[in-house]
Amino acid sequence: MATKLPPVDIVIVGMGWTGGILAKELGPTGLKIAVLERGGQREPKNDFAVPLIRDELRFSSRHDMMMDVSQDTYSIRNNPSETALPMRRLGSFLPGEGVGGAGAHWNGVTWRWPDHELRIRTKYEERYGKNYIPGDMPLQDWGVSGAELEPYYDKFEYVAAISGKAGNIKGAIQKEGNAFEDPRSREYPLPPLLQNHASQLFAKTAKELGYHPFVRPTANASQPYTNPDGMKIGQCQYCGFCERFGCEANAKGSPLITVIPVAMRNPNVELRTYSWVTKVLKDSTGKKATGVQYVNVLTGEEMEQPADLVILAGYILSNVHLMLLSGIGKPYDPQSGTGVIGKNYAYQAGAGVTLFFEDKSFNPFIATGGWGTSIDDFHTNWNFDRTKHGGIGGAYITVGGSHGRPISYRPLPPGTPQWGSAWKRAVAKWYQGSINISASASVMPNRINYLDLDPTYTNRFGQPLMRMTFEFRENEHKLVRHAAEVIGGIGKAMNPTLMSKPAPRMTWSVVPYQSTHNTGGAVMGADPNTSALNRYCQSWDVSNVFVTGAGAFPHNSGYNPTGPVGALAYWTADAIREKYLKKPGSLI
Amino acid sequence: MAEGKSRVDVGRRQFLGGAGVAGAAAAAAHALTPVAPASAQTPAQTAPPAGAQPPQPAGYTYFKPQEALFIEAVVDHMVPKDELTPSGTDIGLATYIDRALAGSWGKGDRLYMQGPWARGTANQGYQLPLTPAALYRAGIEGANAHCRKAYGQTFDRCTSEQKEVFLRELSGGKITLAGGLPGRAFFSVLYDNVMEGMFADPIYGGNRDKVCWKMIGFPGVAANNAENVKQYADGRRFPANPVGIADMS
Ligand SMILES: Cc1cc2nc3c(=O)[nH]c(=O)nc-3n(C[C@H](O)[C@H](O)[C@H](O)COP(=O)(O)OP(=O)(O)OC[C@H]3O[C@@H](n4cnc5c(N)ncnc54)[C@H](O)[C@@H]3O)c2cc1C
Repeated sequence: MATKLPPVDIVIVGMGWTGGILAKELGPTGLKIAVLERGGQREPKNDFAVPLIRDELRFSSRHDMMMDVSQDTYSIRNNPSETALPMRRLGSFLPGEGVGGAGAHWNGVTWRWPDHELRIRTKYEERYGKNYIPGDMPLQDWGVSGAELEPYYDKFEYVAAISGKAGNIKGAIQKEGNAFEDPRSREYPLPPLLQNHASQLFAKTAKELGYHPFVRPTANASQPYTNPDGMKIGQCQYCGFCERFGCEANAKGSPLITVIPVAMRNPNVELRTYSWVTKVLKDSTGKKATGVQYVNVLTGEEMEQPADLVILAGYILSNVHLMLLSGIGKPYDPQSGTGVIGKNYAYQAGAGVTLFFEDKSFNPFIATGGWGTSIDDFHTNWNFDRTKHGGIGGAYITVGGSHGRPISYRPLPPGTPQWGSAWKRAVAKWYQGSINISASASVMPNRINYLDLDPTYTNRFGQPLMRMTFEFRENEHKLVRHAAEVIGGIGKAMNPTLMSKPAPRMTWSVVPYQSTHNTGGAVMGADPNTSALNRYCQSWDVSNVFVTGAGAFPHNSGYNPTGPVGALAYWTADAIREKYLKKPGSLI
Repeated sequence: MAEGKSRVDVGRRQFLGGAGVAGAAAAAAHALTPVAPASAQTPAQTAPPAGAQPPQPAGYTYFKPQEALFIEAVVDHMVPKDELTPSGTDIGLATYIDRALAGSWGKGDRLYMQGPWARGTANQGYQLPLTPAALYRAGIEGANAHCRKAYGQTFDRCTSEQKEVFLRELSGGKITLAGGLPGRAFFSVLYDNVMEGMFADPIYGGNRDKVCWKMIGFPGVAANNAENVKQYADGRRFPANPVGIADMS
C-alpha cells in the first residue's frame, strides 16, 4: 500500500519550463506547494562544466539528459490498421527528464503564434469558406485570442531573455523585424544575435526574391542580461553545443536559471526529485481530484500525496498519459469522433534542401541553438493565399545551422559513397561548405491522429504505455510540397556548386530526430464536447486539475511551441491566482 | 586472396610502428588464425608521426578473436589509410566499438526490451530483442557464415572487392543473416558506431589524435566563439586546432 503523506494545497507534476513557471507564480500565495519531478536535480556549474558537457556522444547520440525509454516509452504506428510497436530507442523526439525538463536542453527558438492561429477555424472560414476545411480535420479555435495572450508572451520573453528584433510595435512596422507578426507592446528584451555567413547569404537572396528575411528570435542571450526577477543571464558564446546540452555560460534562457530558483526561494515550495507520478487520484464522484500517487524511484516505495489542486506540468506526452491512466476526461474514440483525451495529436512537418559551395567556409561549429535568419512569407503572413497549396497552415523557412558536431553533422551531396577514401574526401571537402535551408510546417489535426492507451505494452510500473497513432496526412503533404518548391527556388538562386533535391517529409518515422514539438491530446477550447480543457487550461471534467504545455494546442503551427507554452503557463497561473483560488470550481 | 588484408596490415604497422603496442591486440587475435603470418608482426621501422598521442592500451574486452578480426577488417575497409587518416584500426575504431559494446550502451542501456516482438514497419524503428552487444555477436557470426558460403572464407580473409560487395549488400538490405537476422539492422548499428568512433571525442578510444576532427576542421570542445563569430562571418575558414576532453582535463 502507498504511504499516505500529509496533504498540501497544490501539487505540481514536473519541474520543467511550465512546472517552474507555475511554482514561481504561485509561490507567493504562501500556499503549501509540492513539486514532484521524476528525474534528479541539476546544477549548471556542476552538471554543465566544461569539458564534461562538450561531449557529443554522451549528450547528443546517447541522450544523457533525456527520458529513459527503458523505463517508459510510447508505442507508435502510422495508422489505426497497424499494430503499434514500442519506440525502443529515442529518435524522432526527445522528452526531457530531470529538473529543468526539456527546457534545460532546448534550442531556444521562441515565437508568438498570431491571432489567426489561435482563432484558426473562424479565420479560415471567414476567408476561404466553410468548405475549405476538410471533413476529417477537427480544426478548432483555442478559446483565447492573440490580444489576450500578448501580455503573457511579453512576460515569457522577458523572463527567458529572448534576443530578437520586433517587427510590429503597437501597429508600427519595424523594418528589420518580422513584418508579419501581430502587434506587440514593446521590443524584445535583447537585440538579435549575430548572423553567420550562411544566414547572410540567405537573407540577401531572400530579399532579392521579394521575401522578408529577419533574424529569428531565440533564448540564446546576445548580451548579458538581468531578467525582471533579478536572475542573471550570461552572454552566448556561440559554442555549438546548445540544443541537447546544458549551457555552462548560463546564457540560454532555461527554467534552471530563471523561474525554478526564484520559485525555490519560497519556503512553502518544496521540490521532490526522483518522484514519478503514476496517477491522479479522484474521489468517489470522479469529479474531484484528491491528489496524486507517485513512486519514489530511489527506493521503489509508492506514495500518496493528497492535494486540493493538481497541476499537470510533465510535458504534453506525460500529461495526456496521466489523464488517460487516471480517467480525467473521456478518452477520444476515432471511430465515432467523440471523447476528448488524446484528440488532435499533432507534430511538426517539414522539408529541407542542402546546398554545397566549393569555395566557401561556413564554420558550422560557430553556432548557437536558435539562431538563424527566417522568412515568414508563407506562414504567419495571413495575406499569403493558401489556395496556392490548397492546405491550411504554412511553413516558415530558415537558414540557421545550430551546430557542426560531426557525429551527426556531415552533409554530403547525393550519390557520395557511404565509406572508403572517396567518402572521406567528400566529408572533408563539404563539411565547411554546406548550407541547409529548412522549412518547418504546420500539422493540422486529423481524425485518425490521436493518443490512447496501448493494449499490450507496459512501463516499469506495469501501466499501459501511451499509444501514438500519427501520420502526415493530405494537408501536410500539400504544405510540404509547396515548401519544398519554395526552398528549392531560393536554393537555386543562392547559386551553389551543387544542391540536393528539395525533400518534403511525406511520412512520419520514429527513427530520425525531427523535433520535440509534440502537440495536442488535451486541447483547450470553448466546448467541453470537443476540448479537454477550458480557455484557462482547466479540465472541464475535474475542475481542480489544470494542465500546462503544448497538449493544449488544438493544432500545430509551423512555429516551435514554447512561446505559447510559456505564455499559456503564465495565463493559467494568473487564472489560478486571481480567479480559482478565490473561488475554487470551474472557471467557466 | 589475402591481398586486401596484408595491404591494410602493412599500412597500419607503419603508422603505429615505433610505439609497437597496438599491434599486440592484433597479434593476440592473429595468433589464433593462420592468416597473419608471423612475419607480418614485425614492427616496421617508421617513426610515429610527430604529435601523435601514445596509443590507447591495446586489447579487447568484448570481442572474441574471430570477432576482432571481423571488426578490424570492416573498419579498415570502410576507413582505409590514405592521405587523410590512418586506417580504421589505427585510429581506434575497433577499440571504440569494443568498449561501447562492453559498456552500458552495449548491454541495452536506454533500450526498451519488453516483448512481444514483431518486425514492424521501417517507420517503427529498431524492433529486435537484442542488445547492441548481442546484435554484434549474432551479426558477426552470420556475416562470416554468409561470406564463407559466398566466397569460401570469413569476411576478414575476403578480397577488397568481395568485402565491398558484401557490405553493399548488407547495407542495402539484400542479406538476411543466419537465423533470419535482418542484415540491414546489424549494418545500421555497425555503421553508426564506425561514425561515432571516428567523430566522437578521442577519450572514447576512437578518433585517435583527433585525426578525424583535423580532417574536417572541427575545433572540438573548447569553443568560446563570441569574438570568432564576428571575425569569421565572411566566409573565411576558421583555423581549427582541435581540443579534446583529455586536453582540458
Ligand atoms: C532538443 C530539443 C530542442 C528544443 N528546441 C526548441 C526550440 O527551439 N523552440 C521551442 O519552442 N521548443 C523547443 N523544444 C521544446 C521545449 O523544450 C518544450 O516545449 C518545453 O520544455 C515544454 O515545457 P514543459 O514544461 O511542457 O515540459 P518540460 O520542460 O520537458 O518539463 C517536463 C518535466 O516533467 C517531468 N515529468 C514528466 N512526467 C513526469 C511524471 N510522471 N512525474 C514526475 N515528473 C514528470 C519531466 O521529467 C520534466 O522534467 C525543444 C526540445 C528539445 C528536446
